[in-house]
Amino acid sequence: MNFGQSFRLAIKSLTTSKMRALLTMLGIIIGVGAVIVILSLGNGLTGMVQQQVDKLGINMIQAQFFGGTADMLPDPEDMYDLVEANADILTGVSPYLGVNAVVRHGSDKFDRTSLYGVSEIMYNASTGYTIDGEQLAKGRFISYMDVERRENICIIGAYLEQEAFDGDALGKQLSIDGRPLTVVGVLKRNAELEMLPGSQDDQIYIPYTTALEIMGSRWVNLYIFTSTSGETADAGKRIIEAYLNDFFRTDDGMWNYFYITTMAEQANQINAMMGVAMGVLVAIAAISLLVGGIGIMNIMLVSVTERTREIGVRKSLGAKRRDIRSQFVIEAGTTSAIGGILGIGFGWMLAKGIGAVLGGMLSENMGGGVFDATPTMGAILLSFSVSVGIGILFGYLPANKAAKLNPIDALRYD
Amino acid sequence: MEHLIELKNVYKIYQMGSETVHALDGVDLTIDQGEFVAIVGSSGSGKSTAMNIIGCLDVPTSGTYHLGGVDVSTMDDDQQAEIRNKMLGFIFQQYNLIPKLSVLENVELPLLYAGVDSSERRERALNSLERVGLRDKGKNLPSQLSGGQQQRVSIARALAGDPSLILADEPTGALDSRTGREVLKFLKQLHQEGNTVVLITHDNSIAVKAERIVRLQDGKIIYDGDSRDPRAVVQPHGEDEDEEVGA
Repeated sequence: MNFGQSFRLAIKSLTTSKMRALLTMLGIIIGVGAVIVILSLGNGLTGMVQQQVDKLGINMIQAQFFGGTADMLPDPEDMYDLVEANADILTGVSPYLGVNAVVRHGSDKFDRTSLYGVSEIMYNASTGYTIDGEQLAKGRFISYMDVERRENICIIGAYLEQEAFDGDALGKQLSIDGRPLTVVGVLKRNAELEMLPGSQDDQIYIPYTTALEIMGSRWVNLYIFTSTSGETADAGKRIIEAYLNDFFRTDDGMWNYFYITTMAEQANQINAMMGVAMGVLVAIAAISLLVGGIGIMNIMLVSVTERTREIGVRKSLGAKRRDIRSQFVIEAGTTSAIGGILGIGFGWMLAKGIGAVLGGMLSENMGGGVFDATPTMGAILLSFSVSVGIGILFGYLPANKAAKLNPIDALRYD
Repeated sequence: MEHLIELKNVYKIYQMGSETVHALDGVDLTIDQGEFVAIVGSSGSGKSTAMNIIGCLDVPTSGTYHLGGVDVSTMDDDQQAEIRNKMLGFIFQQYNLIPKLSVLENVELPLLYAGVDSSERRERALNSLERVGLRDKGKNLPSQLSGGQQQRVSIARALAGDPSLILADEPTGALDSRTGREVLKFLKQLHQEGNTVVLITHDNSIAVKAERIVRLQDGKIIYDGDSRDPRAVVQPHGEDEDEEVGA
């Protein structure tokens, strides 16, 4: 009923004593600001993880073999058959061999370059993406015949083309452990800013058969599968698991004979970990909100004492307890709401500043991606309503004290 | 005819340490609609307690108080607030305007608590200010007005809710004699317009402006009658009329 007047009174008393108002709101400003910073940075990090996942494909399943007692691993042909037999869920598989070898071009040595042995399944010509999210810029990808014949060809990243071949690599050769390989394709550049050694643009794909020859090994111990979608990845994982348990003649070979993980699982794990970390940080920031609430309670108690006579007058004119109570609760709520708004603004700016510095570092390390440390609408609404809630909660006690004042004593108060 | 105010055998007893104080000691008093009554007495006579009880700011220890036919002597805080809002208009010695609110907002307050909507509230408050000749000061803060003007604002505030009874507690106590006379003239005018006015004062020269004088001493009524009767202003033995203000 007298909300408008209480609200204007609150604004008036805040503006007439600005220093006092600022000090009262400081706890709320810092608390809300800290919550906003934490939620914004967390949001930025989650976004970045999501970008990585999207790029690599949420439908990716990695299967790694440690081997069994018979010193035998499944053959790539077996894996192709497995995918074919479960075409409703699994859409592709490629060996994914990490190769340790020295990459040279002329007298230049590239020791941070990553080298992978893969099959032609790695590249999906209809989407134009490899399973791990790369695109071709020039030339072609590895073909079935390359794999069959163990051709000495390779597809290189944009960084290598730039550094080793001055931007024109097609048809030229580089050496891997002394073996000359011809460049038949170049991948699209990933990094938006500078390309660095060891980044996602510094890599080479070769046929896995060629890779096995280079390593002098028979067995492929890492595969990348794809499923029809992120939702079916888990079903795909169970199909592969069942097959491998059967192959290794074990009931539960997970962790011992092999390890299978989906991209969705990994993303969930990272998000869950970040969620816990953010929860802890927000809880710490909430202590500041509590302190802010106590500050508001303190100043409201002072305000009630200072305005005892006003309360008496209002009561003599017919104000009921709830009228007085709501007046002071609204005043406390308004104070902390303004503190909350200032805190949101302050936190937003701080998050942007930190995000700019941190985001630059992160996207360099993770090879691209945008770090957007903007608070979500949900975070803003949450912190705003929490600050109003704190004002109301901590304003209630002083307001109730005011409401219960005896009008005669209040009128005589000097 | 039913009395507007009817106090029957009213006691108000305080415990002050080990001492028991009878602020009101068996008071019977009736006041009718349209009367102009001064309650007079020195410090400690019980006139302030009487004013608190008549003004529904306090309840008697024993005895009954009917205001407008309703027993208000056993009401709780909020019920009394409602009675004050609907039936009473207070004029205080210290004006008691709220310094942060504009003059108009101050006058609107009783209407606000009565739940009158904002446009009607504004109009009635402006009319009330008009009656005290301060319509053009509505936007000012109380501190920008003189003492006499502030007291007129508080009268306007008392009138805004159309009360059945106007209670003036030492209304001239903080004013110089000229502005004090103006305020009294205004109270008299209100009475002539048909309002019931109860004036609480320690000052005989002010009390005689009323039609009827009720004199209290030691919590008892020692005179109740026409203000033109010479006995109305006789000082009881041992009392000095100027000894104290506003107790």
